[in-house]
Amino acid sequence: MAIEQSKIFEKADILEMHRTMVLIRLFEERAMEMYTKGKIGGFLHLYIGQEAVGVGFISALREDDYVVGAYREHGQCIARGTDPKYVMAELYGKSTGISKGKGGSMHMFDVRRGFMGGHGIVGGGMPLAAGIGFAIKYRETDQVCVCFFGDGAVNEGAFHEAMNMVSLWKLPVIYVLENNFYGMGTAVYRASSIPDLIRRVCSYDIEREQVDGMDVLAVRKCAERTIQRAREDKEPRFVEAITYRYKGHSISDPGNYRTKEEIEEWRKRDPITRIENYLRENGMAADDEIKRVYDEVAAQIQGAVDFAEESPFPPPEALYEDVYA
Amino acid sequence: MAQITYREALNQAMREEMLRDDNVYIIGEEVGEYGGAYKVTQGLFDEFGGKRVVDTPISEEGIAGVGIGSAMVGLRPIIEMMTVNFSLLAIDQIVNHGSKLRYMSGGQLQIAAVIRAPQGAGLQLGAQHSNSLESWYAHVPGLKVVCPGTPADAKGLLKSSIRDGNLVIFLENEAIYGSKGEVPEGEYLTPLGKADIKRPGKDVTIITYSRMLTLVMKAAEQLSGEGVDVEVVDLMTIRPMDTETVVNSVKKTHKAIIVEEDWRSFGTGGEIAAILQERAFDYLDAPVMRVASEEVPMPYSKPLEQLALPQVDKIVSAAKQIVGDG
Repeated sequence: MAIEQSKIFEKADILEMHRTMVLIRLFEERAMEMYTKGKIGGFLHLYIGQEAVGVGFISALREDDYVVGAYREHGQCIARGTDPKYVMAELYGKSTGISKGKGGSMHMFDVRRGFMGGHGIVGGGMPLAAGIGFAIKYRETDQVCVCFFGDGAVNEGAFHEAMNMVSLWKLPVIYVLENNFYGMGTAVYRASSIPDLIRRVCSYDIEREQVDGMDVLAVRKCAERTIQRAREDKEPRFVEAITYRYKGHSISDPGNYRTKEEIEEWRKRDPITRIENYLRENGMAADDEIKRVYDEVAAQIQGAVDFAEESPFPPPEALYEDVYA
Repeated sequence: MAQITYREALNQAMREEMLRDDNVYIIGEEVGEYGGAYKVTQGLFDEFGGKRVVDTPISEEGIAGVGIGSAMVGLRPIIEMMTVNFSLLAIDQIVNHGSKLRYMSGGQLQIAAVIRAPQGAGLQLGAQHSNSLESWYAHVPGLKVVCPGTPADAKGLLKSSIRDGNLVIFLENEAIYGSKGEVPEGEYLTPLGKADIKRPGKDVTIITYSRMLTLVMKAAEQLSGEGVDVEVVDLMTIRPMDTETVVNSVKKTHKAIIVEEDWRSFGTGGEIAAILQERAFDYLDAPVMRVASEEVPMPYSKPLEQLALPQVDKIVSAAKQIVGDG
């Protein structure tokens, strides 16, 4: 544990996580802006507020591991190392998008980096992640698969079937529940017979823990531990990250089911502000260095928008490409 | 050539492909120790072990998802749904995920997987265990749908399906598992997307597949004695359909009947009728006819069930009617 701790708190790692969180935050803010300008269509589920969960977990993975996301996954794809310009181009529906403009906001895939989607049906990615875990076991490697999903998915049959199978077969999948307290507009206590969601997995005998999803260092620590253990014993893990989305479920949701006070209360725990305070307090970065990160990231996002703007739409002949192999 | 059953032919196909490619495995309810609910996987658990013949809990959505998920990273699962009826519990994974993953990912993913499922009626299994769902799955771009009617085709088509590289819905007919036929030994592949003229004829084309093939061949035999020369087109693959063979046959005979075990409305027969009016309108001497199941949930009682299903005499009278119309 001691070695793990010191590794986690290496300055370069922390700076990198900070930069990635800022990148995701500014990316999402810009995506929101371009959506309102009519540049982006469809649904747009923003990750703002939840950055620490994706960044903390994904930064602890090896290159040959796998990630399965749901439909709030732009940030997770970026955290996995996909250049934001390909994610932005995908939102624009351009041929240079990471899924060639065929997927959109909910279907980011970067298979080369083990980013396996991007799934728009609540809970739908969970059996797929179990299947990836099955393949890892079949091939007898020491890879793992991390699967993100929201609190709404806990009430889906797919969740329970997947939980039972990964536990029964001992598959190296780490299921990360991002509990932001609302499945669309329905509060968890209005949807789950047991509002303490981590208890919903008790019957599957899966090692589980809860983590403060607004604290990237806590998430990273939890990720290092659970990933390492899953790698070693090939068994699944379950993590509930307590987090919050500042924006509505999707961009069309004004979020009337939440009070301003509640949102403000959560903003006080903002994961980016928190890590910046940590950086300052520990002499790891001064204000001007932090500002430089924002400047550089803003330039990178501008580059991503320019790339998306300048890229062509898919040609008509792309319509029938890749329906079949 | 050896005479073996439809069931044995399927078993041979899986065994040969598992010997050929380590990425091929079988997953499903009772496929392993039990030997398969319909004994199609019998002996494979003993030969390949539990790693490659995987028994599952009764969790169809999970089974389909695990199979498709493993295919996302390069395994080649043969996913057995104990019956097609239970595949309705897995339809989200099949339709919303499996059929679309390649397209949604811009071609980054390949889902090389087969979902095998017995289907069909006639065994007095009642309404919930007698569905034919080929038209449901054939409706979905990204899926292929295969319906073999003979032991030889069952073997050749299953081997091709396992090698295909797409998500193939392979629908067996449970009433013909025990039927025998000549099956070439060893390497034997039947291409997907190709129909087969099972009997040449000049007066009327009957287009069919799966168990109905047997009934149509009997009807054709009977009709031949009455001076009606039937050409029988066995589709074998429902999607992608070999419309070329269908259209060319009808251009020759000028009359078409589709015989299917599925319900009449919104089905494969309707699709073929539409294709024929699009591509062979000027060649048709009579309206296209359909012989299909009655539009009811399948009744249990034997006489009622037989009444609901297509029968040889219904096919014969349809053929006489269409020839008379000509």
